[in-house]
Amino acid sequence: MNRFDYIRPASIPEAVAAAAEQGSAYLAAGTNLLDLMKGGAARPQRLVDITRLPGLDRIEWQPDGGVRVGAMVRNADLAYDERFAGTFPAVAEALLSGASAQLRNAATVGGNLMQRTRCAYFHDLASACNRRAPGSGCDALGGESRLHAVLGWSEHCIATHPSDFCVPLTALDAVVEVEGPHGRREIAVDALHMLPGATPEQETSLLPGELIVALRLPAEAAAFSRNARYLKLRERTSYAFAVVSAAAALKIEGGAIRAARIALGGVAAKPWRARDAEVSLVSLPASPEAFIHAANLALAEARPSGDNAFKIELARRIVVRALTLALEGTPETMPALPASPLSMNPGVNHVA
Amino acid sequence: MLHETVLRQHARHGSNAGQPLTRRDGVLKVTGRATYAADNHPEGMLYAVTAVSRIARGRVTALDVDAARAHPGVVEVITPANRPPLAHDPDEKMPPFGFRVEVLQDDSVRYVNQPIALVVAETLEAATEGAALLNPQYEAESARTGPHNGEHFAPPAIGVGAPPRTAHGDVEAGLAAAARVTEAEYVTPPQYHNAMEPHAVVAQWDGDRLTLDMPNQALALSCASYAAYFGIPVENVVIRSPFLGGGFGSKAILNGPHILAIVAARMLNRPVKLALTRTQMYGPVGHRGRTWQKLRIGTDSDGRLTALHHHALCATSSFDEFIEPAANASLPLYASPAILSEHEALRLDIGTPGPMRAPGEASGSAALEVAMDEAAEACGMDPLAFRQANYAETEPGTGRPFSSKALRECYTEGAKRFGWSRRPLAPRTMRDENGLLVGWGMGTAVFHCPHFPAQARATLRADGSALVETAGADMGQGAWTALAQIAAEALGLEPDQVELRSGISTLPDGGIAGGSGHTASAGLALHNAGDDAIARLAEIAVADPASPLFGAGNIGVVARNGRLHRRDDEGRSESYSDILARADRSEVIGTAKAARDPAVAEAHAMFSHGAVFAEVKVDPDLGQVRVSRLVGAFAAGRIINPRLVRSQYFGGMIWGLSFALQEEAITDRRTGRIMNADLAEYHVPVNADVPSLDAILVPEDDLYVNPLGVKGVGEIGITGTVGAIANAVWHATGVRVRRFPIRIEDLLVN
Repeated sequence: MNRFDYIRPASIPEAVAAAAEQGSAYLAAGTNLLDLMKGGAARPQRLVDITRLPGLDRIEWQPDGGVRVGAMVRNADLAYDERFAGTFPAVAEALLSGASAQLRNAATVGGNLMQRTRCAYFHDLASACNRRAPGSGCDALGGESRLHAVLGWSEHCIATHPSDFCVPLTALDAVVEVEGPHGRREIAVDALHMLPGATPEQETSLLPGELIVALRLPAEAAAFSRNARYLKLRERTSYAFAVVSAAAALKIEGGAIRAARIALGGVAAKPWRARDAEVSLVSLPASPEAFIHAANLALAEARPSGDNAFKIELARRIVVRALTLALEGTPETMPALPASPLSMNPGVNHVA
Repeated sequence: MLHETVLRQHARHGSNAGQPLTRRDGVLKVTGRATYAADNHPEGMLYAVTAVSRIARGRVTALDVDAARAHPGVVEVITPANRPPLAHDPDEKMPPFGFRVEVLQDDSVRYVNQPIALVVAETLEAATEGAALLNPQYEAESARTGPHNGEHFAPPAIGVGAPPRTAHGDVEAGLAAAARVTEAEYVTPPQYHNAMEPHAVVAQWDGDRLTLDMPNQALALSCASYAAYFGIPVENVVIRSPFLGGGFGSKAILNGPHILAIVAARMLNRPVKLALTRTQMYGPVGHRGRTWQKLRIGTDSDGRLTALHHHALCATSSFDEFIEPAANASLPLYASPAILSEHEALRLDIGTPGPMRAPGEASGSAALEVAMDEAAEACGMDPLAFRQANYAETEPGTGRPFSSKALRECYTEGAKRFGWSRRPLAPRTMRDENGLLVGWGMGTAVFHCPHFPAQARATLRADGSALVETAGADMGQGAWTALAQIAAEALGLEPDQVELRSGISTLPDGGIAGGSGHTASAGLALHNAGDDAIARLAEIAVADPASPLFGAGNIGVVARNGRLHRRDDEGRSESYSDILARADRSEVIGTAKAARDPAVAEAHAMFSHGAVFAEVKVDPDLGQVRVSRLVGAFAAGRIINPRLVRSQYFGGMIWGLSFALQEEAITDRRTGRIMNADLAEYHVPVNADVPSLDAILVPEDDLYVNPLGVKGVGEIGITGTVGAIANAVWHATGVRVRRFPIRIEDLLVN
């Protein structure tokens, strides 16, 4: 029996103290963790339920125009917050392209940041998986690896990070606020998730007991609001993880690109920020050639980890498309099918 | 028989059949008050959970039974070491539709998710934990997962007993004489049953009497099979199948977990419930087997077929045979002087495949309709014109007349509604206002019309209402609504005056709810039972001097609106309740056994037909596909309830979309494990995938298929649709994808 303690702390310090013990896991909405526990891929010895902690469910605007989002804010609530969606449209679009309406109503900001890979070999207890059982091997290598990583993978792990939300967050220099046994600190989302290297079990840079209490998007990220998109390719129109996805945001002044942000999803064990590609666009007039060049740079180090060479070309193309759409401008209203390349006309709010 | 049929129709005046009534059980279902089999919790019930294999082939060498037994709440652990004997050898097939089953007969493992033990406990949680504690150890052998390592063999039979090879004419000569030959291989994936309601059973023994609450598509057949397994008389088995949350063929056939639950109930002398988890559905309850199909089509200079050769390699298990009769999809559809359908089989370490909505036809049609599209392309012909040029006026090969065939009208009506005539011949020539590639494709739909023997009883009651009974199954599609309409029509009553009892094996045998034949089979029995009840009522009336119908015996009476009328004088009539009251009868009972007349069946080819037209939009750079329109036109004889029939067509077409673009069990090539055995990763369409759907009900009168003129509508919608979508994808992109489902990477060209 997977016996575990269930603790419902009354305050953040209590939560941190409870979770500092080995084998603890924080429980938010549980849309990912409870499934993993039922399947046996996660077997925490102690669940620290943070759903009733006060003060984690607020969206707070900062004087400088940045925003601080509590870790327990629900995905749907954030996506449908008008000011948030208007200021960080690519983030809202990513949120609405993820999971299903029911899951978005339950899932939380902090939980989404902490979700685990969908690699089937991670979930299948009969398979070797270094991420689940360090040192056991990686059965995804040489297996059914069509959707696995093409960037930043190692022979120890070829899993991808499944989040849509984290992709534009990474692009926009979002930061998480963390409370831990040694106090409060901040971690850039880009530094939160780790590439596998030789220690794929180390999925994030959080230390034992550390709790994400809030997510911050800086004021500078708001400067991209007029030219920001998230685009996601998937194998059905809703309720499917990305084959590949991309967030692209541009700051255009006088016809030239002043700043660019590009991140890819579904290609690596973390949301993949393409800084070289971003830099390549600065000061150039926006053009197809520039976008193609940027896309090539973004995927320059990509190599297939299995039957997935197509993802490299697909990722290049989606970078080009996301940049093109960003250049065209953020839609006035959320596309009827958020993040879908097939939903080009702004439509009614997404209901699917 | 035929003449009798025609005459009988004169006595049928009900207006109920043909009405678009809503489901009788609709409110119960949408309010959550419909009681499904697994909702039953008899006093003292135990929960059973199967422990399942995680290897595909080998032996279980150890199970920690002690640990499982020691877990609080666990009552019994059943393994090959203590499983009580069965009266029927599970390694022997049980005809007609029985398969070998895995019921702990030995320690061998034949596929992933095979039951290797059963844990029975006071709670579901304890049983689940007990199963987890078994910690099986294996001696694994290498899994056979594909044509490269599976054993190829020539199957003695395909489907449920059809010959593996059917030849008409000389295909090689036809190909040699052809102006053009198109040849290609098409691959279809394994698809697994994912009915909303997983397989479940609540088993109770009372001495040697067995009661089973379970969703079931074939009550009488299942009773006989369970009786044989447990060595009891068939009349000792009662199956109650109140509703099915989807059946699709998999709930027509016995499976190992169910039998084990019954074993446990007998062993422990307590009721036992077993419900499979979603993941456990991927193994012991049948699936649509993989196929590799090669088609060669010869055409002459006018675009007429000179030969059609369809070869299917079909996966089956290592220990039993269900061979998708895929190549037979090429037999009934297109006129060709030479047609050859042949099947080869491949043994893999998988659960035995089985029927899944349109078995054979779905996979076969997917390949055939793409191949026909390729042949049309080679001939430079419009795909619809090409099919019309090869229209079969009589059954190809045999020359038998079709009992009815309004396929031409389906082509015309569907094409008109879709706007097909505006289709450019060349691919990759249409774009929408956003620059997306647009493609139009079509396919022909066809499904055979089986008819199962069935029985029914109709009771006219003193209050003028009726009770009709037949042991049938409503899989959610509204069968019991349609059946009540048929009965009401025969009885001259409104449907709300007719109480239908069904779903219990103690009622007259309603046949099998499969093969799209249930409405016709059970419906005919109900109709005839209603006729019989009316005839008995008329006998009372015409012999009663006090009745206005006295002496009308030779002239005959007509039943309508709860009254019998003299045939020659409609003004002389009497209500059913008055007739019964004066005769001092509380009821009059009619019964019927109905079957298809074998002579009529022999003389005719019987099929439902249709034409499906698809529009897809494809992102030219990113390969993302979305079906934007589907129009199907179907002719399936007489339509009892157009609302429910349209819904059946929609369901079939949506499954066709699923087949074309989404569904596939991803099987690890090394271990044989299915890596996406859940509804998050095994994709079926969501609402946002389902496009504008249009199903046209093309009128068709059939005097031969059965006296009701009813064909079947349950499965035909898949056929045609898969090919139509694949052909539309080609028309949009110029890329011919021959492996299903079509994936994004298939379309990353240029």
